[in-house]
Amino acid sequence: MSDVSAPRTTRNPFPPNWAARLSLLALALYVVYACSTLDITWTRFVDGLGHGGRFLSRMFPPAVAPDKLQLLQHGMIESLQIAILASVFGIALSLPLGLAAARNLSPAPLAWLSRIVIALFRTFHPLIVAILFVKAIGFGALAGILALVVASMGFVSKLLADAVEEMSMRQLEAVRATGASFLSVVVMGVLPQVMPRFIGFCAYQLDSNLRNSALVGLVGGGGIGATLFTAFQRFDYDFVLTILLAIVAIVMLGEIVSGWMRRLFQ
Amino acid sequence: MDATTPAQAAAAGIDRSLVIRNLSKEYRVGAPVLKAISLTVEGRGVTAIIGPSGTGKSTLVRCINRLVDPTSGEILFLGQDLARLHGGALRKARRHIGMVFQEYNLVERLSVIENVLTGRLGYVPVWRAWLRKFPAADVDRAFRLLDAVGLSDQAAQRADRLSGGQRQRVGIARALMQQPDLLLADEPTSSLDPKTAVEIMELIARRAGEAGIPAIVNLHNVELAKRFATRVVGMAKGEIVFDGPPDRLEDEHLLAIYGGEGWLE
Repeated sequence: MSDVSAPRTTRNPFPPNWAARLSLLALALYVVYACSTLDITWTRFVDGLGHGGRFLSRMFPPAVAPDKLQLLQHGMIESLQIAILASVFGIALSLPLGLAAARNLSPAPLAWLSRIVIALFRTFHPLIVAILFVKAIGFGALAGILALVVASMGFVSKLLADAVEEMSMRQLEAVRATGASFLSVVVMGVLPQVMPRFIGFCAYQLDSNLRNSALVGLVGGGGIGATLFTAFQRFDYDFVLTILLAIVAIVMLGEIVSGWMRRLFQ
Repeated sequence: MDATTPAQAAAAGIDRSLVIRNLSKEYRVGAPVLKAISLTVEGRGVTAIIGPSGTGKSTLVRCINRLVDPTSGEILFLGQDLARLHGGALRKARRHIGMVFQEYNLVERLSVIENVLTGRLGYVPVWRAWLRKFPAADVDRAFRLLDAVGLSDQAAQRADRLSGGQRQRVGIARALMQQPDLLLADEPTSSLDPKTAVEIMELIARRAGEAGIPAIVNLHNVELAKRFATRVVGMAKGEIVFDGPPDRLEDEHLLAIYGGEGWLE
């Protein structure tokens, strides 16, 4: 087998990728530079650990005083209402918006317009939208609900439009051939095909609204977030822990409810 | 309801003939699929359209109920030019034309009975369809049609559970549910085994005969066309090259329709 051992070529089978090496080097240099400008040093980190330990120790035990629990209950109920109302209105509005954005159902100009609206809704984090609404219409649950409605519409209608674009046009053609009106075609031809996925999106959105309903309160959108923010400001760290535990419980509950919703509608 | 039932139509002597004049269709400009087709189908009997793939058979049938928009020409049916209709008028005309598809085109996630009731969507308001509150007369008729196609046990099954032959029976029931004045079928047997294909063609011919309506059926299978059609139309390259009763269809015509030679041996 001399022809195998003999060097027959001078070509390197693994040529160095200089572009990749230079990019990695540039990234490493940037990380070092960014750390230095933001004052991220080891001593700062160790100091921070000590602060963190004291902060955690002040959280225990969680506050269970009756007046605190009443505040907690009030905030949680408002957050739940924000999440559920935002989900109901957001999902209801997503249906027409998602159908209008599906390029195989609606005329091209309408589809593009709807896609642009959806893209706008998805541009900003719900927190930023919530700040806008708080500034526009004032503090309270309404601002939080509107912010989450916008977030729900952005998510659900985009995924609905994509699902509608992937459905079978043959089934639709047959329903159309019976002389059915557009709405009848939607009800008997489109919805049966996309319903299971739509339910999945809605379940996820309800779940996500439950989590975000705590968030919008931090910027004045009502609910448990407002209570949490006040507790932070007053250094009531034991009450902060109570609130955080309650939020964890609600989010887990939401997980169970959304899984149950999915099974119910399959 | 402003529509006429077939029974009333027969009593009133409604003319169900279909007149196609100079019908052309170009999907791409300069490449016509249909070249000025003219065809008159009288108000009864089974007309089979045969021809090689890509010759415009499907396009012709789909122009009649306007799933495809013709480029030019006239399609006269029940006193209207179907080629010129839009919106509400087109939907009203479609109620009178039932269609059976090659791949059945059932809404797979709906039950069999819901698929059959889809045939009433031209008449039933959308809220009734949404809430599944179809008129009792329609529901009765849907069950009778399922009996007639031999699927009454499967009414509550989801359509995607059925075999090909069963699906096509549902497709036929859906088309008949419209109480149509014309039945179109686009390759209704091409996805089926030979025995089921014969049964399906038999069903289409018999039900169209009983309802007293004309049927226009695209077929790949020349034997099926000869056996069930009262008239055979042969198409090649977007034009009609044979038109006559099935017993006049000779080998020379088949060569003219399908081209080539030697395959008939």
